[in-house]
Amino acid sequence: MITLAHYIVLGAMLFSISIAGILINRKNLIILLMAIELMLLAVNINFVAFSRFLGDAGGQVFVFFILTVAAAESAIGLAILVVLFRNRSTINVAEIDSMRG
Amino acid sequence: MTLPLLCFYGFATVTVLAALGVITVRNSVHAALCLVLAFFSTAATWILAESEFLGIALVVVYVGAVMVLFLFVVMMLDIKVEPLREGFIRYLPVGIVVAVLMFAEIVALIGVRALHAQVLPADPAAAQHLSNTAWLGQALFTEYLLPFEIAALILTVAIVAAIALTLRKRVGVRTQDPGRQVMVRRDQRLRIIKMPAERAQGDQA
Repeated sequence: MITLAHYIVLGAMLFSISIAGILINRKNLIILLMAIELMLLAVNINFVAFSRFLGDAGGQVFVFFILTVAAAESAIGLAILVVLFRNRSTINVAEIDSMRG
Repeated sequence: MTLPLLCFYGFATVTVLAALGVITVRNSVHAALCLVLAFFSTAATWILAESEFLGIALVVVYVGAVMVLFLFVVMMLDIKVEPLREGFIRYLPVGIVVAVLMFAEIVALIGVRALHAQVLPADPAAAQHLSNTAWLGQALFTEYLLPFEIAALILTVAIVAAIALTLRKRVGVRTQDPGRQVMVRRDQRLRIIKMPAERAQGDQA
């Protein structure tokens, strides 16, 4: 039988993989955005699993809202990326240092 | 081992392998396609948990819209991959160590062994003689109506922001402005002047 532990371990694995992805791909902005999407997916897996196992609709409704906000976030993020590439001709995070942060 | 469990293991394996592909492949287009695969197999595991609506919504929203947007941007930008890959080997050990540590911590914290007793209970939607979509919809349109409206507002703000960010005025491009075309008056285009005839009438050349 599928248990709650299966889903939580799957979510934990996805979350760890995306953390590693952010650490090892720290130059490529597009891969960073994709790793953030993976992280949100891992959180959503936990929400769906707990909602199903507790019999509460709230968790699945929250996944719905996370999907909405993530779609908005990636749309704006990609728009910023396009503008950045148009102005600087690079998406290398190491070269985007004009604000000297 | 039952058939749903077998299916779950299959889809979960594909999800994890695709996620590993996202962070390791060289080509950004391949990474985006791996991410599509990860989303798709995750949607399958959600459907195994009888959350059909969210599974289909994940496929429609992510695979259908967000990932197409990603692919569009990746293909539109002319990116040189090589400088972006430098430091990959250097940070690889750190990344693996952090990921393994974090995974071990999460698994230890939540106590997987205790959760193994939590076998899938009866579907709460089916207990009320509803489909998953109806069950979710009843919660969404009664208890969560205001957040639902706010989510719509967020999407509207996002589309306005994305268009406003990428819109640009180019100089030196000849375009039509319908507003000014309609506003134009006769005396801006046509000038009637009085002048004497060039030739006398009846003078056939």
